[in-house]
Amino acid sequence: MTSTLETPKPFTMDRLLFGDNQFFGVNHMSEEKARAQAMRFQDISAVQAVLDAAYDEGVHTFMCTTHDRIALVCDHVRANPDRYPEMTFFPGMPYAHKYANAMTEDGPLGAIKRFLPDGGFLDAAMRGTRSLARKDIEGIVTLLIDSEMKMFAGLRTPVIFLQNVVVDLLLGLGFDDAFRIFDEHVRGRYGAEPGYITMNTPKLLDVLERLGLENPVICSNINKVGFRMSGGIEGYQQLLATRQFRAIAMSVFASGAIPPAEAIEWVCEQPNIESIVFGASSRANIASTKRLVDQYWPTA
Amino acid sequence: MIRVGLVGLGKMGLSHVSIVNAHPDVQVTGICDATGYLLSVLGKYTGLPTYDDFDKMIAKADLDAVVIATPSAMHGPMVRKALEAGLHVFCEKPFCLDPEESEELAALARSRGLVTQVGYHYRYVGAFAEVKRLVDAGAIGKVTHLLAEAYGPVVLKPQGSTWRTKKTLGGGSLYDYAAHPLNLVNWYAGETRRAGGSVLKPVFSRETDDEVFSTLFLDDDVTAQLSINWSDESQRKMSTKITIWGTQGRISADRQEVQAYLRDGDLAPAGYTAGWNVKYTTELTDEVWFYVRGEEYSAQVDAFVSRVEAGKLEGRNNFDAAAVTDRSIALIVADAAGTPTQVNAAALSPSGAEPEGLAGVAAGARTIGRSVRSLFRKAGRR
Repeated sequence: MTSTLETPKPFTMDRLLFGDNQFFGVNHMSEEKARAQAMRFQDISAVQAVLDAAYDEGVHTFMCTTHDRIALVCDHVRANPDRYPEMTFFPGMPYAHKYANAMTEDGPLGAIKRFLPDGGFLDAAMRGTRSLARKDIEGIVTLLIDSEMKMFAGLRTPVIFLQNVVVDLLLGLGFDDAFRIFDEHVRGRYGAEPGYITMNTPKLLDVLERLGLENPVICSNINKVGFRMSGGIEGYQQLLATRQFRAIAMSVFASGAIPPAEAIEWVCEQPNIESIVFGASSRANIASTKRLVDQYWPTA
Repeated sequence: MIRVGLVGLGKMGLSHVSIVNAHPDVQVTGICDATGYLLSVLGKYTGLPTYDDFDKMIAKADLDAVVIATPSAMHGPMVRKALEAGLHVFCEKPFCLDPEESEELAALARSRGLVTQVGYHYRYVGAFAEVKRLVDAGAIGKVTHLLAEAYGPVVLKPQGSTWRTKKTLGGGSLYDYAAHPLNLVNWYAGETRRAGGSVLKPVFSRETDDEVFSTLFLDDDVTAQLSINWSDESQRKMSTKITIWGTQGRISADRQEVQAYLRDGDLAPAGYTAGWNVKYTTELTDEVWFYVRGEEYSAQVDAFVSRVEAGKLEGRNNFDAAAVTDRSIALIVADAAGTPTQVNAAALSPSGAEPEGLAGVAAGARTIGRSVRSLFRKAGRR
């Protein structure tokens, strides 16, 4: 399962990463628009065409969920190595709605069991009367990670993310060990950098630093209107200026609330942002975002 | 600093623990669940004090307030215990399966000066709160009709048995899904007086409903229609939509946006004009101190904590407000269970063998008359 491609150290992330919300009917602005996108991208070839456009515009990193349909993209890239020599995936796991809907039916444990490759593992642990050892938790977490990573076998995955619903749930619970387990497994098994998607960067960074997880890759909303930046826009700006972490800005357009040029100009003015992740459905939009970033964020 | 205990560590319970535990004014002094496995994992890895028994937690955790997120049928008895112990209570929705119990508990809390809230988080969604503001401001004149819809992909095949698959335990799409849009209808247009044409229908479930349809009659000739289906795979997650017609316009809203058509510019609140207006969640949502899965979940917890700190009994989604929705649910259940009133189809059909001609029409009219009278008698009894 380990990535067969060598990841250079220290690994530099591309400045522009391509996201996948648009492919799965996720739109924070409009449910109608989300549905229109879901229809348009029902055929995986439509998804692949947009990814090809991004690739040809020089956006080579695809930051994606572990939705079942991404497996088809992975198959395609694996089958055409000459077409995508630079193609890089940043998987983010788990695909949260899969778990959320399963939890409504089966409860938290039932949902986890449903997605474990071997449900017997959890059954055995649950039947046991002994208190739970760390290795049990580690076992469950690492099995879940491995099952989500299967589709990326043989592809370059230099950063592997934990999705925000899980990160922020664990963060609120104070379940800090989970971050350490994730960090150890992602580094050890996949030779990759662990990344965290969150809506609560200030609080998360404090916890990761306390755990000794230095200079973490953190992807969070960073936009001019402060949309979903818990801890406040000033709090984020202070972190960027003074603390050590590898920031990826998402939702830079705040779901369309900020005009593109204004949005990119503001983000590019913030210190120490390493990458911007964005979604688009057409080559024209991809090209215009790329142009704006080149304009406001000249290479040093 | 208020001391809070949480009971019930299912999907909602876990998310409540996370949000409450992150609140700067709260110390979580107990979490409680009957599932030993989950409880022991959380105890071990979060350091939160754990209890496998609710009574023990009340006795020992030195609480100011509890959050109750157990299966719905357990809400009533647990809320009563908590109130009798002098605790402020946040309870998950639906509040009580028996509306008389809801009213009793609301009165009990009030008599003891305790703060209460029920987890109808849609009232904390920016877009739905904006609709309330528009309706109350008279932006669409007198409300005439509401359409309340919720669809989602929860039960997509026949499945095993849990409390959520049993109607008697508060499972099913009526309590889980329909309660939310119903709660919004009650917020916008008041108490439901009667339900008609109610259908609680399984699609895949054996012991409960996966679809709910009903016509609701509210005060001032306002009507509402409810359309719920949680066996709808076309939805990525639960999606709720409200449409409201009034004499001066129409509003429709989901959690992302509000679309309002206002006929009269003079009635339009600041920021709105005559004709179409569209407002998005980005401008309607206030930031929260901590975000797990939607601002509304954090905002409702923050509202509860603030009310407890201030000892404020009135507030969005207190027990009295939730009891209104419990009564609406009970009306739908009773209506759906009632003997269906049917018009004699053969009597109305001109091509039917018997009866025929004018005599047949007259016989048909008499049948309808009887049916309608019977229907009104029934409605009067409720």
